[in-house]
Amino acid sequence: MAVANNELEKVIIQSVLEELAKKGLLSTKSKDHVMSAAMMGTPLHSDDSSDDMVTFPSLDEMQISNPINADAVKAMKKSTPARIGIGRAGTRPKTMSWLRFLADHAVAQDAVFLDVSEEFLNNNQLMSVQSAATTKDEFLTRPDLGRRLSEEAVKIISEKCEKNVQVQILIVDGLSSSAIEANIPDLLPSLMQGLKSSGIKVGAPFYVKYGRVWVQDHVAALVKAEVIVSLIGERPGLGTAESLSAYMIYRPDEKTVEADRTVISNIHKGGIPPVEAGAHLADVVKQILAAKASGVKFNQQK
Amino acid sequence: MILKAKVYNKVFAFKSLKEVMSKANEEKSGDELVGIAATSASERVAAKLILSNLTLEDIYNNPVIPYEEDEVTRAIYDGLNLRIYQEIKSWTVGYLREYILEHKTSGDALLHISRGLTSEMIAAVAKLMSTMDLVCGAKKMRIQSHCNTTLGVPGTLAFRCQPNHPTDNVEGIMAALKEGLSYGSGDAVIGINPVEDNVETVTRLLETVKNFMTKWEIPTQNCVLAHVTTQMKAIEKGAPVDLVFQSIAGTQKANDAFGVNKEILDEAFALVQRKGTATGPNLLYFETGQGSEVSLDAHLGVDMMTLEARTYGYARNYRPFMTNNVSGFIGPETIYSGREVLRADLEDLFMGKLHGLPMGIAPCYTNHMKMDQNDQEMGTLLCAMAGSNFFMGVAGGDDVMLSYQDTSFHDDASTREILGLRPLPEFEKWLEKMGIMENGLLTERAGDPSIFDK
Repeated sequence: MAVANNELEKVIIQSVLEELAKKGLLSTKSKDHVMSAAMMGTPLHSDDSSDDMVTFPSLDEMQISNPINADAVKAMKKSTPARIGIGRAGTRPKTMSWLRFLADHAVAQDAVFLDVSEEFLNNNQLMSVQSAATTKDEFLTRPDLGRRLSEEAVKIISEKCEKNVQVQILIVDGLSSSAIEANIPDLLPSLMQGLKSSGIKVGAPFYVKYGRVWVQDHVAALVKAEVIVSLIGERPGLGTAESLSAYMIYRPDEKTVEADRTVISNIHKGGIPPVEAGAHLADVVKQILAAKASGVKFNQQK
Repeated sequence: MILKAKVYNKVFAFKSLKEVMSKANEEKSGDELVGIAATSASERVAAKLILSNLTLEDIYNNPVIPYEEDEVTRAIYDGLNLRIYQEIKSWTVGYLREYILEHKTSGDALLHISRGLTSEMIAAVAKLMSTMDLVCGAKKMRIQSHCNTTLGVPGTLAFRCQPNHPTDNVEGIMAALKEGLSYGSGDAVIGINPVEDNVETVTRLLETVKNFMTKWEIPTQNCVLAHVTTQMKAIEKGAPVDLVFQSIAGTQKANDAFGVNKEILDEAFALVQRKGTATGPNLLYFETGQGSEVSLDAHLGVDMMTLEARTYGYARNYRPFMTNNVSGFIGPETIYSGREVLRADLEDLFMGKLHGLPMGIAPCYTNHMKMDQNDQEMGTLLCAMAGSNFFMGVAGGDDVMLSYQDTSFHDDASTREILGLRPLPEFEKWLEKMGIMENGLLTERAGDPSIFDK
């Protein structure tokens, strides 16, 4: 009987909240809060006209029932991005922590397995070429193919790209298409402007699909630029799928190794924001041009 | 040595034992990348058929990498008990599989012949075994080791608490450690992967954890997983080290890339025996995984599974306290999918145990593999049934420093309760004293890290 009353009570509360929301007496924000709270017990049914959404509750919400020291738990959660203080259902995670984990993994997998969209390339006026990998699976299992260009790409680059420029910029999907779509619209103009305002001659940036870092060496051999800058998607973590790295190399040849590259990583809105990163990269490229070296050799000259 | 086989109407001929060994493998992307995998299902079976008919002596006479050229091969052959080998050298690999699975063959009998088996023999027999074969074989063997406490006690399952932090922040590391302990994770070791591989960081983390262990009287061991040479410098400067950690691989070339060799490991073992903080006698912690030699371009044309077995042959001379396998950590170019990870984990657990090693498994995955949490949980349960001594313990399954997914504190507690396994005895008593566990089950209080902040 008590259970039935409890259920009835929830239904009544929900109906009242829905009515209030319809009449505009309840803000969207508090509606969302009600929705997430409702997930803990009974689902809220919405009609077609409603813009109600189910969302994840705030990470700050206390998930442990009756902690001995709630303030200590809060302080601990602030000290680390690790998933702590998340409570449990028996020995298993609570529903919301489990679904949040699934969501973070899904976002990471989508970043890896979905391609940068045609629409994005058109909007950013990026010519597109492909590495020697023919599919995403081949790209993931054959690192050697992602390091060189397809025959068609060699032809296109040889015909269309300006040769002997000072800087050639490549946009490379790498392991995150989301990193490209999230950062390039702010990063690329900022970098181009930084270089052009110093009178540096820059080739038209283009996109390499299924590319790895070393593909820049193959491009360098074709366009004969002094410095190649690759803006490439990093392997996503559960924390962010939008992190991007910039790899810079000065006149690579067959003897070039990893240590010859200058790397700036962690470019995303929660790390080095893209606009800032663009300005910073322009400065680094200028220094590399002046030093006529990148990587360890460049660091030794500083 | 017959290297030719007929599978129904098709004849397959191979050039060397090395080729038979690689083509007998179940599918893995790393063997395909190197170009040594079977090119058809029938060819794979033909290789298994040939392997089943070879004797242990054939394998002894044809190491996949010559003795003169490789320190790992030398460690395997120099450590062998020749008397036991002589007694079993006429066995075929097919017979060895059946011997392992017979009811009358005990775990102790397996650990006895283990002393006369080279790593290639152990890899060969595992190539003839299915998932359940591997579980049945592995489950028989119980390998115990002792540092401060005893790992591998029958009926127990232990965990490394792995409270990593992306900037080595001590407060953040302690927060994740408290969370893990409150779920009963941490009896195998409290082990931190540092971001900064230097003596100052390593010493600071070792001292912080050791002080916490002393204050709360936690019966376990302490380890910071920096490079072995960094840990050695820290020990020389007085840092409290229970276990010395190092990643190792199955060729001398790959170990060179890791910056280790026999001389360094011998020195590290001698040093921790003289200046470490633990009781012993087992004082080393190794990590291994199929594919590391491929990613370092140091495979020498040998398949990943055989190289992993060779890694165990190298490791067993040091009588480690724990050997943890992380085959799922390396990436899709070596192990592509959840299916491939599960297979590798079971192979590695079986092969490690047949080397007499105290094995643990990390059925882990990265975000660019075709694997998800469901695969990981299946792998965890299978490996626990096969008698893995321990697993990792990571907050919410998400390692925020190494950016991969591994068994969570929740999975640790669940696996124990599903299979009726208990923490290591001293640690269970401590959990009871802290009010975290009662009769082998978590209490209402478990999962609250603030029990250490009353």
